[in-house]
Amino acid sequence: MSSSISAAATTTLVLEGSEQGFATTRFEDVLNWARKYSLFQYPFVTACCAMEFMALASPRFDMARFGAEAPRFSPRQSDLLWVVGTISQRQAPVLKTVYDQMADPKYVLAFGTCASSGGFYDNYTTLAGIDKIVPVDVYVPGCPPRPESVIDGLLMLQDKIARGDRTAGVVKPRFDPVQLRRKA
Amino acid sequence: MSTKVLARLEQAFGASILETHDQFGDDTAVVDPSRWLEIARFLRDDEACSMDHFIDLTAVDYLGRAEPRFEVVLHVRSIEKLHRVRLKARIDVSASDDAADDANAETALARIDSLVSVWPGANWFERECFDMFGVAFSGHPDLRRILMYGEFVGHPLRKDYDASKTQPLVEYRAAANEKLPPFDQHEGMSFGRQTHAQRPAARNLLGFETPGLGED
Ligand code: SF4
Repeated sequence: MSSSISAAATTTLVLEGSEQGFATTRFEDVLNWARKYSLFQYPFVTACCAMEFMALASPRFDMARFGAEAPRFSPRQSDLLWVVGTISQRQAPVLKTVYDQMADPKYVLAFGTCASSGGFYDNYTTLAGIDKIVPVDVYVPGCPPRPESVIDGLLMLQDKIARGDRTAGVVKPRFDPVQLRRKA
Repeated sequence: MSTKVLARLEQAFGASILETHDQFGDDTAVVDPSRWLEIARFLRDDEACSMDHFIDLTAVDYLGRAEPRFEVVLHVRSIEKLHRVRLKARIDVSASDDAADDANAETALARIDSLVSVWPGANWFERECFDMFGVAFSGHPDLRRILMYGEFVGHPLRKDYDASKTQPLVEYRAAANEKLPPFDQHEGMSFGRQTHAQRPAARNLLGFETPGLGED
């Protein structure tokens, strides 16, 4: 699933027969097409991953290209919850409340290893992955992840939205380090 | 330089100064915990000491290595005289006045006087020390947890607190421990807590079977 982002994106048939001057489609597909390009995001930013999030949002990597640049600082107006950084047990109720306040359809992206699994924090104070309390759509591993892999994650989410797929996905590295080592 | 301070302390408090040393150039005095506050006030007010700069206060848990178990460590400095001293007091979990507490070693507190009346800067340090080690500072104006949440039971930096024991405030989802593609059963991270006992036996480079941790 996660390995074939681009392939899956091209096989998603949204419009049929447009060369004849008219088009037929399913209402759900149009709706999902609109949703995937207008993700209003709620950044729940808690730790060092925030630095990489800033890089992602700034012109060099430019998240705005994917229609996901508008942050909303009210969860009630947002579609996509970015959980960026370590979530402590003390903070977990806050995250849960924010998630509960979002209106459907809502999506969650776990940014970085800490949000995905707790990372190297294996102790009394850290929540071992936000999926313990909220469902996650896309995991982006990395400590912190490079902006490219977050963009991969965002594209993966858009693809999932277009296909109406609500299973979780993991961003894989663009280059498999094991393969690279074998070649060298 | 501040051996002068140690000498002054010994002169003023005699037998209440249990030991002194200046390992690595850090002058240290281990003092009688019952005179903790008194000695602190003396350090601040005495002309020759004039310790007006509170640096740090914390505790160390020597569970199973020393009696009494806790060592409260204070660092103070004199801005005017440019000297520095470290004060330690050894205390143990005290027989508490509350009978219910006695049964539960986890919540039993060790007690010592608060230094907030001497250096106001000690306030949050003592709260942290209380939160992490369960040292109760008598006379502290607002002794609450500062890092952990109120519902937390026990004191996490005590050596007998199980490091992996969490006390979640939100109930975990039932589906939280599913493996996710592309990960296999024993591949990658589980995106959930993997305890050592669950780790499969691994082959090392020479091909010997090594048991997974916690399997013996
Ligand atoms: S994944 Fe790494 S960079 Fe991100 S919040 Fe955790 S420790 Fe910080």
